[in-house]
Amino acid sequence: MDGTAISTAAERAIPLARDGRSGLWGSARVIPMPSPALADGRDQDAEEALLAALRAGDERAYHELVTGHGGRLLAVCRRFLGNEDDARDAVQDAFFQAFRALPRFAGSCRIGTWLHRIAVNTALMRLRSRRSKPEESIEPLLPTFVDDGHQATPAADWLEPFELLERQETRERVRRSIAALPDTYRTVLLLRDIEELDTAEVSELLGISQNAVKIRLHRARQALREQLDPHFRKATVLS
Amino acid sequence: MSEYITCQEVITFLLGYLAGELTPEKEHEFERHLAVCPSCVAYIKTYKVTIELGKKALGEPASGGPAPEVLAPELLKAILSGRPLS
Repeated sequence: MDGTAISTAAERAIPLARDGRSGLWGSARVIPMPSPALADGRDQDAEEALLAALRAGDERAYHELVTGHGGRLLAVCRRFLGNEDDARDAVQDAFFQAFRALPRFAGSCRIGTWLHRIAVNTALMRLRSRRSKPEESIEPLLPTFVDDGHQATPAADWLEPFELLERQETRERVRRSIAALPDTYRTVLLLRDIEELDTAEVSELLGISQNAVKIRLHRARQALREQLDPHFRKATVLS
Repeated sequence: MSEYITCQEVITFLLGYLAGELTPEKEHEFERHLAVCPSCVAYIKTYKVTIELGKKALGEPASGGPAPEVLAPELLKAILSGRPLS
């Protein structure tokens, strides 16, 4: 196999679709608001009671809201921002926005879902505002191919996933590898695979096409896989 | 018999394959390639494991997981200072 004629998937065409938008976020959009059904009647009653108390300005209700959801929202902001001070500021901003928006919240989805979307949006805005230098290309992190379309480095099986997940060092390595992705791609990976927004929601949130979301997600996963591969593969390489 | 698609095509179109978004003809081409290419089979397996490792490494997804941490008292106080006064 001639290893000298190497190109990346992106260079060798066959794109999933054209990503015609430039910039990290595209235009800023209003937070998408899904409408999942509430879990059951009891939950719904409790949420309606909490909402009523919040709208009445009940101090205990606010305390319940923040203590009940704050930890998870802080974790969300931390995932995007990677910096504890920024994450704390973002979660505070998110709650302030939520407090202001409460009169307009129709209760069509769970409060936790609503707050989660606000926190994600707040973290994204903060991430955008602090970005000061041009982003590095993801191309060097993508798999490469030789002229005939074979993988330049044949893939091999990895150690068993359950075995990998038992190791703290695995988690640390994965975290570092995700953090090393360019923001444009890391953000989509977080939104789709970790925060579990669907393609349409991410498209709306970032102001990019759904095809662009799919391309960025696929490239982010590929780049993450490439970074992990040397550390997790079994000794035997497939021919 | 048509030619096999390449590893590069398989990997490039993998997202659509895993999402079941390919045409039946394209999916058939994928299956033919995978039947003779252990490297691409390994690539797809490890691609899926990568997704799972990401979920686990960054904590549980938004829809579930362990009990969230407790906010530091000063942060809780700062947030509550922004609540509308009744």
